[in-house]
Amino acid sequence: MAVDIKAKMKVDMKKTVTIEPITRIEGHAKITIDLDDAGQVADARFHVTEFRGFEKFCIGRSFWEMPGITARVCGICPVSHLLASSKAGDAILGVRTPAPAVTLRRLMNYAQMVQSHALSFFLLSGPDLLLGMDADPAERNMAGLVKMHPEVARAGIRLRAFGQALIRALGERSVHPSWSVPGGVRGSLSTADKEHFLAQLPEMYRTLDMALDLMKDALDRYAGELNAYGAFPSLFVGLVASDGGLEYYDGHLRIVDGNGRIVEDNLTPDAFLNQIREAEETWSYLKFPYYTPFGTEGGMYRVGPLARLNVCDFAGTPRADRELRQFRHFGGPGKTVNSSFYYHYARLVEILHSLERIEEILADEILLDHHIRSRAGVNQNVGIGVSEAPRGTLFHHYQVDDNGMLEKVNLIIATGQNNLAMNKTIKQLATRFISGNKLDEGLLNRVEHGIRVFDPCLSCSTHEAGRMPLHLQLRAADGMLMDEIKRG
Amino acid sequence: MVEEGKEIPKKIRLATVWLGGCSGCHMSLLDLDEALIDLLGYVDLVYGPLVDAKEYPDAVDICLVEGAVTNVENLELARRIRTNTRTVVSFGDCAVTGNVTSMRNRIPVSDLLNAVYHEASAPIGAEALKVLPALLKKVIPLHQAITVDLFLPGCPPDPERIAAVFKALVASAEVDLPADMRTFG
Repeated sequence: MAVDIKAKMKVDMKKTVTIEPITRIEGHAKITIDLDDAGQVADARFHVTEFRGFEKFCIGRSFWEMPGITARVCGICPVSHLLASSKAGDAILGVRTPAPAVTLRRLMNYAQMVQSHALSFFLLSGPDLLLGMDADPAERNMAGLVKMHPEVARAGIRLRAFGQALIRALGERSVHPSWSVPGGVRGSLSTADKEHFLAQLPEMYRTLDMALDLMKDALDRYAGELNAYGAFPSLFVGLVASDGGLEYYDGHLRIVDGNGRIVEDNLTPDAFLNQIREAEETWSYLKFPYYTPFGTEGGMYRVGPLARLNVCDFAGTPRADRELRQFRHFGGPGKTVNSSFYYHYARLVEILHSLERIEEILADEILLDHHIRSRAGVNQNVGIGVSEAPRGTLFHHYQVDDNGMLEKVNLIIATGQNNLAMNKTIKQLATRFISGNKLDEGLLNRVEHGIRVFDPCLSCSTHEAGRMPLHLQLRAADGMLMDEIKRG
Repeated sequence: MVEEGKEIPKKIRLATVWLGGCSGCHMSLLDLDEALIDLLGYVDLVYGPLVDAKEYPDAVDICLVEGAVTNVENLELARRIRTNTRTVVSFGDCAVTGNVTSMRNRIPVSDLLNAVYHEASAPIGAEALKVLPALLKKVIPLHQAITVDLFLPGCPPDPERIAAVFKALVASAEVDLPADMRTFG
């Protein structure tokens, strides 16, 4: 490695800081930071080193198989792929999906929002937020959290388990359920299950109360740093319901700019995708989507919890709306909340909202209706399915022949859409915390945390997030090692 | 206090690794739920997505390897795991058979990359390989890269299977799963 860096130095006379690997969980990625002669950050890049190729190897297969295959894109949010794929299939069948099936799909989607966000907040970012960015790296993990704050860790695990158990009750398993299909779903929820989950909700609300308090404490503690964690205006994209409310399953797409102004509204998935182009770079397997009318710079957009709360007019459930009003104070009147650190907070608001929606649906008599699947053959050759995954808007775009064999597959994945913003966040953090000739461990963790706020699923070429081990080297222009830090 | 003559039980050094896969097996591991807290009482998680270790450590007792071997970095890590680990578990269908991860095998790598990336600056070729690990021509299951001690199938293996394996390994007993815990999918 030293040789490589030295060779590079000869070419551009810069210092390079390499953070490698940053992920294991996140799949596989690394960061490089170039410094200029004055020791200031010149550039920073987030490299995704994972490639899987679903868009190619699915060609020639039947669209009926796609929910099952594409669920395997991601073990954290398989339900999102299941739903986007089923919805693309719905469009190919050209039938009306029965209302009870839609309600059941929404229910599973809310359950996934709970489990995925709980994983991010408690088990992955929780150690940073609760034990501290500068805590002992040997302790700053799930086991450390169990040791130092056993009641918080247990509550977080139980919250995640609640979501996973609800998915299992609907689809027989919590990871990769074979349940949602083109035209509907394969099973309903028993009355006993409904009562079981309703009975657990009070505990889950209490867990959220605790988590929100912990979050606000963390916002106070890190108040002086929040403007370094990806704080910049950008476009925000997400689904909103027809009345402008927070929406994960249907509705239309809305684009809002960094001042809270609506750029485009009422977009169908098709119309939105026509406005998006994906740039590519030699240094990453992850593409760089942008909003074409504004170009690669101005067209950068963010998706996911922060974006969804920025684009919606209201949440539509009482507890979440109360919290959303507080959240919006951080942006100012009529403005968006622009620091990516608030993704954490947004995640908690979304868990709260999802719990409230789960409560509503479990009490809804529509679940007694057994008409949960429409059957048909191929009636349309193109189908686009969209859903809000925990990490943002997910699109499945299929083209099939008259027998339903796939001719074209395009998956636009949530984390990919945050790629430009993640790169910009890395650069902002590096600029703030890296300069001169000295590195420290707390700095490493802050750079890492800049990635973690996005809770990236690099795959959807592969993902999951968690502890990202780091190795930073600071080298002088002649390649001499000036400072080095390893965590592990 | 430990009674005289009795040794403090040594914690098992557990590693988990994620190669080419979806992390669903790790999610199923987390689905042990509160039993995870008990598990942490008798294992030290020394490496993996949930902890903070930079390099694969020495003297690991058990390693769960999720995912298939898809690129040169996976291959290097697999070899290191074998050298440093007493019991290597092929954890889930991708590690055991290649599964969905290996569905790309019938297509040449260059065709795959060209199909997925269209622009002139796509991550293909010598420039890209300076920063990105080269893909293997074929995705291979773990046992084609290294010797594996135990196969735990499932996509993902459900938490009950994982618990059964831990129970046996912690007791240093032979792992003998019933037939219904040895299914794929």
